[in-house]
Amino acid sequence: MNYQLLFPQIFLFLWAILIFVLDFFWKKGKQNLGYLALIGIIMTIFLVLDSPEGKLFGGMFLADSLSSFFNLIFLLTGFLTIASSIDFTKRLSAHQGEYFALLLLSMVGMMFLASAGELVTLYVALELTTISLYVLAAYLKNQSKSSEAGLKYLILGGVSSGILLYGISLIFGLTGTTFLKDIKMALITTFLTYREIGPALVLSIVFFIAGFGFKLALVPFHMWVPDVYEGAPTPITAFLSVASKAAGLVAFIRVFFESFLVFQVDWVLLVAVLAALAMIVGNIIALLQTNIKRMLAYSSIAQIGYILLGIVAATSRGLASVSFYIFVYLFANMGAFITAIAFSNTTGSDQIKDYAGLSRRSPALAAMMAVFMLSLVGIPPLAGFTGKYYLFSAAIEQGWIWLVVIAVLTSVISLYYYVGVVRQMYFRTSPAENRIAMPAPLTLALIISVIGVLIFGVYPNIFINFANQAALVFHF
Amino acid sequence: MLPYSWIIPLFPLISFVAIVFFTNRKPKLSSLVSIGAICLSFLFSLIVLGMVLKNPVTSEFKFTWIDLLGLKVQMGMLIDPLAAVMLLVVSTVSMLVHIYSVGYMEGDPRFSRFFSFLSLFSFSMLGLVIANNFFEIFIFWELVGLTSYLLIGFWFEKKVAADAGKKAFITTRTGDLGFIIGILILTTAAGTFNFTEIFHQVEAGHVSAGLLTLSAIFLFGGAVGKSAQFPLHVWLPDAMEGPTPVSALIHAATMVAAGVYLVARTITIYLAAPDAALVVASIGCFTAFLAASIGLVQNDIKRVLAYSTISQLGYMIMVLGLGGMTAGIFHLYTHAFFKALLFLGAGSVIHAIHTNDIWEMGGLYPKMKTTAITFIIASLSISGIFPLSGFWSKDEILAVASHYPNPIFLIVGILVAGMTSFYMFRLCFVTFFGKPRDQHKFEHAHESPKVMTIPLMILAFLAVFAGWVGIPWLKHGFSSFVYHHHPHHVEPDFLLMLISTIVALSGIYLAYAMYYKKSISPEKLKEKFAFPYKVLYNKYYFDELYHAIIVNPLLRLCDRLFVKFDLGVIDWLVNAVGNFTVFLSDIKEWFDSHIVDGMVNGTAYVTRGVGSGLRKVQTGQVQTYAFVIFFGLVLIILFKLG
Repeated sequence: MNYQLLFPQIFLFLWAILIFVLDFFWKKGKQNLGYLALIGIIMTIFLVLDSPEGKLFGGMFLADSLSSFFNLIFLLTGFLTIASSIDFTKRLSAHQGEYFALLLLSMVGMMFLASAGELVTLYVALELTTISLYVLAAYLKNQSKSSEAGLKYLILGGVSSGILLYGISLIFGLTGTTFLKDIKMALITTFLTYREIGPALVLSIVFFIAGFGFKLALVPFHMWVPDVYEGAPTPITAFLSVASKAAGLVAFIRVFFESFLVFQVDWVLLVAVLAALAMIVGNIIALLQTNIKRMLAYSSIAQIGYILLGIVAATSRGLASVSFYIFVYLFANMGAFITAIAFSNTTGSDQIKDYAGLSRRSPALAAMMAVFMLSLVGIPPLAGFTGKYYLFSAAIEQGWIWLVVIAVLTSVISLYYYVGVVRQMYFRTSPAENRIAMPAPLTLALIISVIGVLIFGVYPNIFINFANQAALVFHF
Repeated sequence: MLPYSWIIPLFPLISFVAIVFFTNRKPKLSSLVSIGAICLSFLFSLIVLGMVLKNPVTSEFKFTWIDLLGLKVQMGMLIDPLAAVMLLVVSTVSMLVHIYSVGYMEGDPRFSRFFSFLSLFSFSMLGLVIANNFFEIFIFWELVGLTSYLLIGFWFEKKVAADAGKKAFITTRTGDLGFIIGILILTTAAGTFNFTEIFHQVEAGHVSAGLLTLSAIFLFGGAVGKSAQFPLHVWLPDAMEGPTPVSALIHAATMVAAGVYLVARTITIYLAAPDAALVVASIGCFTAFLAASIGLVQNDIKRVLAYSTISQLGYMIMVLGLGGMTAGIFHLYTHAFFKALLFLGAGSVIHAIHTNDIWEMGGLYPKMKTTAITFIIASLSISGIFPLSGFWSKDEILAVASHYPNPIFLIVGILVAGMTSFYMFRLCFVTFFGKPRDQHKFEHAHESPKVMTIPLMILAFLAVFAGWVGIPWLKHGFSSFVYHHHPHHVEPDFLLMLISTIVALSGIYLAYAMYYKKSISPEKLKEKFAFPYKVLYNKYYFDELYHAIIVNPLLRLCDRLFVKFDLGVIDWLVNAVGNFTVFLSDIKEWFDSHIVDGMVNGTAYVTRGVGSGLRKVQTGQVQTYAFVIFFGLVLIILFKLG
């Protein structure tokens, strides 16, 4: 047994515990716990980069290029989240340490999820991830909106968990195993012998889609998103919108590309329809939003629709484009949220109309926000363009013309509301003059995001190779 | 060092970023950063030229920039003698203009911005020179166009300046449309953007002759715009509204030469498409004559120089079309120095007396000796007087033209040489000699500060000696360094030298007689040739013509479009979309409040009836959400199983 494969997860877990413990003894300067968490994440990143490939416990735990790729996404997102939270948590009266530790625990869950080669492991990892997030969503407990967000998230999360479990048990009933590799073999043999298992299999596939769809916020499992995103502390919203989605995505990829790939005909069209729904509904409702967090919430629903294009393609190129785009999305979306955090820390407002005149008040912040917005639309030479081009061409290659047409048309819709923010910042004036406060860790997070967006746009090649590596895990 | 040549354009880019983000508020520091950067570029250009001189081979360095499905773009550098010479020319002139600008722009409220633009321009121009493929050259091509626009309209409070910037941008863009069509045709035919690969295919005959001719003519469209050739020459005289150092750097020495450079870079294509080459030569020849004739009668010192630039560029384009790549680039090289010098000299005069009109100048020689002497040296050089730079390069152009079967090119070439020396010395005599015409301005005239005159002196040195590298008696001169395929040795043609010198001298003499000795009265000539004078003075009415047939109809069309289409169709569409969205949200609201709530309430009744423990956490909304999840689920299952 090569336990070295588990080192990153174990290390991050112990680090989280360390922060829990230190929280008891550290009476003053609790934001140092945040810096400590950042250090832990950086060390884990090195561990991930250094970790060998292989499997443990007979294939329950897989360490391969896909898991390392997504681990990096989780860790980076976590890093940016914590860096942008340090200033924000200062204002919490108590429980600052737990905030960071819970975030780390959630990341541990996600890392296990990315490596899950077996359904029970996958489920437990998913729960570890989400339970920490339930708490974090309700973290501002004296604000009713935050409590409401946590509660809603918990209830609906529970519902979706139940659905997922139902799917898992159906599969177990059909195949007698929970290992993804064996499920595929068992399904092929059973399916060839007894024709009548069709409906049960379809049901379980649908339940899987619904279960993961909740994490991904696919229409119609997206109802919780706007309320939770609005109510939760903004850094947590940022984390939810990127890391939690990436986690759902990697679980989806593991299960569907490992076990269900041979039954493509049964689910690809369904996913395509859900992608189209997500793009249409997300973009159209985002048009009407006046609150930046709600706008980003709906736009993130639409973004997942674009990402699903690569899944629908169901080729290694499609998968590579998904991996690449999630990275691109990470930087742009985190950047947008971090800007919103900085803005509301100073002004106390999340209204888009209050962004008027930001280019005069804080030119650098406004410029960066403009970069994030334009990247989310997909304007060259920013990362969003490269990512979308890659996704769309992967889908076109497999003949999904109608889906790509919808994607392009809805991208045009998204231009309106993303650029609306830019218009507020640059072409509207406001009486407010004071600069937006930019604490050092938050500035660092913003700069990392902006550099990510620019580099992925201007010189995407190295990262595309990286994403291609991650896609080689499956044999299409 | 060669693999690191990309560092040359990098310095000005860094300086641009540094000025924009950091030193914007400190003008002095900004200028120092900018000058430091361009000096480094100059030094490295020297080193590169030295290495290429020692070992004159073509070296290419490239890497894949983007490799997406069906879209593969490489970036890289092509360092050959041509690029090396261009690097040096651009960085030298740019460096001197940077230094000169410190004096010229002193006290300008946007001093830092000016230097950041200069840096951006240097970056783009140096990048253009070392580009190794059409994609890359197009990016830099547009970037220099952008900086040109920014700098022409630098004093944008003046409406003429802002308009001139727009005119330049739009006119050159018209040519660029041809350029990009040419690129698309060529790369589709050859399957790559890369210069060397395309040239190999062209030489091997893999590209059909028709496509080649077509793409060559379209590519030339870019050069016509950028190098201000007929019929897109109208923007360059107006571009003189920009600060004079900008005119010297961008609109005399470097950017306008980009079109010449483009043709030289792709000379393989033109050699393989003789019809296109003939078009190039004819346009160049016609432009050279046209611009020189307009230059004869203009009164604005910078505009005379602008027409002179157009005419000289026409010369270069013509000789490139005749296949004389060496001669064209040699003239580009010498022209860069003496034309930059002329502009900077003119700038020095303008700086002293605050007018562009030569008839308000006069007798400035004793007051501005350095400026006057260097200006006259440059005029001698451009007129092609032995043994200055201009003599050698002009001679080589005429030599190439004389080998062409059709004598028209040679005849026009000699004629233009005579006109050039006439209008240049008309400027010299009117500006620096005779009696001061505007006493008030004359009294305030003064020599410019050292920071401006030293660049003038350096350029004067270059205007005299730079051309000596191409003296025909040299065994390994310019022609055995920059060439296409086979180094050649130019045979001195004494008869031609003699003729061109006589023509140039007679041009000077005519100017002397008319404007210094006054033995021939310009006024009488004006009256005698009233009609040609009027036509020339009004620049053949090109601006009026373009206004009548392009600009005004377009404006009218836009007006009509705005009224009919914008107000009618677009607004209607916008309103319709708005109404539709409102309608949709109404439906959604109605659906929410009637159907969804109804169902929710229904379920709630049921749930309550069953007496579920869930009641404690029932907020209508969560239930709605859960309901939607299940409703969706059921729909999906029906969809899958049904």
